[in-house]
Amino acid sequence: MAAAVADARYSRRRRTNFVATALSIGAAGFGLTWLLLILVVLVVKGVGGLNLAVFTEMTPPPGAAGGLLNPIVGSLILTALAVAFGTPLGILAGTYMAEYGRYSKLTMVVRFINDILLSAPSIVIGLFVYEIMVARMGHFSAWAGAVALAILVIPVVVRTTEDMLLLVPNTLREASTALGVPRWLVIRDVAYRAARAGITTGVLLAIARITGETAPLLFTALNNQFFSWNLNAPMASLPVVIFQFALSPYSEWQQLAWTGALLITAAVLGLSILARMLASKKVLP
Amino acid sequence: MDMALQSAPVQVRDDEQRANILRRFRIGDRTFNILTQASAIAVLVILAGVMLSLVIGSLPAWHAFGFDFFTSQSWNPVTEKFGALPAIYGTLLTSFIAMLIGVPVSLGIAIFLTEICPERFRRTIGTAIELLAGIPSIIYGIWGLFVFAPFFQAHLQPVLIDAFANIPILNQLFAGPPYGIGLLTAGLILAIMVLPFITSITREVFDTVPPVLKEAAYGIGCTRWEVMRRVVIPYARVGIVGGVMLGLGRALGETMAVTFVIGNAHRIVPSIMAPGTTISASIANEFTEATGDLYTASLIALGLILFFITFVVLAAARLMLMRIAMKAGV
Repeated sequence: MAAAVADARYSRRRRTNFVATALSIGAAGFGLTWLLLILVVLVVKGVGGLNLAVFTEMTPPPGAAGGLLNPIVGSLILTALAVAFGTPLGILAGTYMAEYGRYSKLTMVVRFINDILLSAPSIVIGLFVYEIMVARMGHFSAWAGAVALAILVIPVVVRTTEDMLLLVPNTLREASTALGVPRWLVIRDVAYRAARAGITTGVLLAIARITGETAPLLFTALNNQFFSWNLNAPMASLPVVIFQFALSPYSEWQQLAWTGALLITAAVLGLSILARMLASKKVLP
Repeated sequence: MDMALQSAPVQVRDDEQRANILRRFRIGDRTFNILTQASAIAVLVILAGVMLSLVIGSLPAWHAFGFDFFTSQSWNPVTEKFGALPAIYGTLLTSFIAMLIGVPVSLGIAIFLTEICPERFRRTIGTAIELLAGIPSIIYGIWGLFVFAPFFQAHLQPVLIDAFANIPILNQLFAGPPYGIGLLTAGLILAIMVLPFITSITREVFDTVPPVLKEAAYGIGCTRWEVMRRVVIPYARVGIVGGVMLGLGRALGETMAVTFVIGNAHRIVPSIMAPGTTISASIANEFTEATGDLYTASLIALGLILFFITFVVLAAARLMLMRIAMKAGV
């Protein structure tokens, strides 16, 4: 009798375990299915419009054929500027947190705030830059777009720089300090060199993050129908053009939006995979 | 060769040169120290600047509407009457739907990856799930509008409407007509978007559970589910909640994906399948077209509310994750 009860309980526990295992596997399948669905749809819809004109012609007026040259170049310019602004500041701040101020109170506060900035809604950053730049200058500009993206770059770079410098063994620092090398040269010639791959990974991740960002550009860099090198004027960017074209009723525009979406996803996923490979290969002495 | 070596006498630096070099070192060090410290402070200044500029930019709205801004449902650019309630409601509801689906699925994926998955597939599947986080949100938006919404409208929404038609309350929540786009669609897409964030944090905190605890539980004959349910999850609870809050912070502030599929309707209706709006979608849709200072200020006030909500959620998430990190460090 008692044995029967124990048997029943045991088989119930086994059943529960089986169900839970099945549900977990199902959850993983669920997640992977979406990834696959999104990528397949992007390729199917995007490849059709992929031709040389995409890279050589301007965005067309409604109903005409054209390409994505000006938004592609615009995105490259905005990204380059944002990285140029954001990376030095991010690396320096991360350096303070891992080197000079490793145990200071300021570091704890900055780490906390930085982690919040890391996930803060990007559209709010767009509003901020609109307030301090666009509203002051009285017009939208590529500069404003670049600053908005730079603010998104900074927290990513701060975070990885700090993490990577903390991984550099202290014995390296002590050895060079014992030779009489001043702190800043220890950081520059020893710590940075040892953490180089990691810091590069952080910059790549930051680029991946801003490449697809749309919200902060909507009211900073805005959009531009034409090719422009003028950083004081609105500038087209791939995400904003995708947004505008996808919601339009013109089939040529919608096709360009899908093609742009394919390009941007390929770029972002390529960058994140590259960053991942670099991170797994990084050899610290 | 030998001659050359001998003829070049070793340079002995005198005391003055030595002092010069040391001074240069000291100045360099101090400069670099100040430079890095200033950069760290700049991070704080940015956050303070964001807050301050939003407060200043939204002042006209607070002056005009006061506390009514939170409770009013009207959003009328013509009469310049603005209220945040529908946008706040939409933001909270879509994020709630996202969490309702996203959290159990993320936990399932994390359990799968730490306990069930064979070692050699673990890295690949883990990376694939994390790639979901890499896909730009505008891609989720365009995919949601052109692929998911039509499918949802044609195949799932009619089924939901029929299934709950005779059940009180639920038939209000799932009332037709099936638009395809709307609050529920936005919530579902957000659920997919938060998966990678919650999964990766949950995996990390699962890894902080001492193997001895798990081995002891297996040793007394627990099944895998019992080990997860009674040992791993209770141990990692704070970290899991931290990860969930982090995902929630993302969902609350997510803009482009939601903007595509929400329908942008400033109103509150019982049905969760109806078009609605969120704070971020309202700003993205209307900001460049906003005419008049009060309209702009109202949108900035929405931004301030969003920033405040996400700040609180993200700060709570970080505090919880710091606690689990300290526990793991001991």
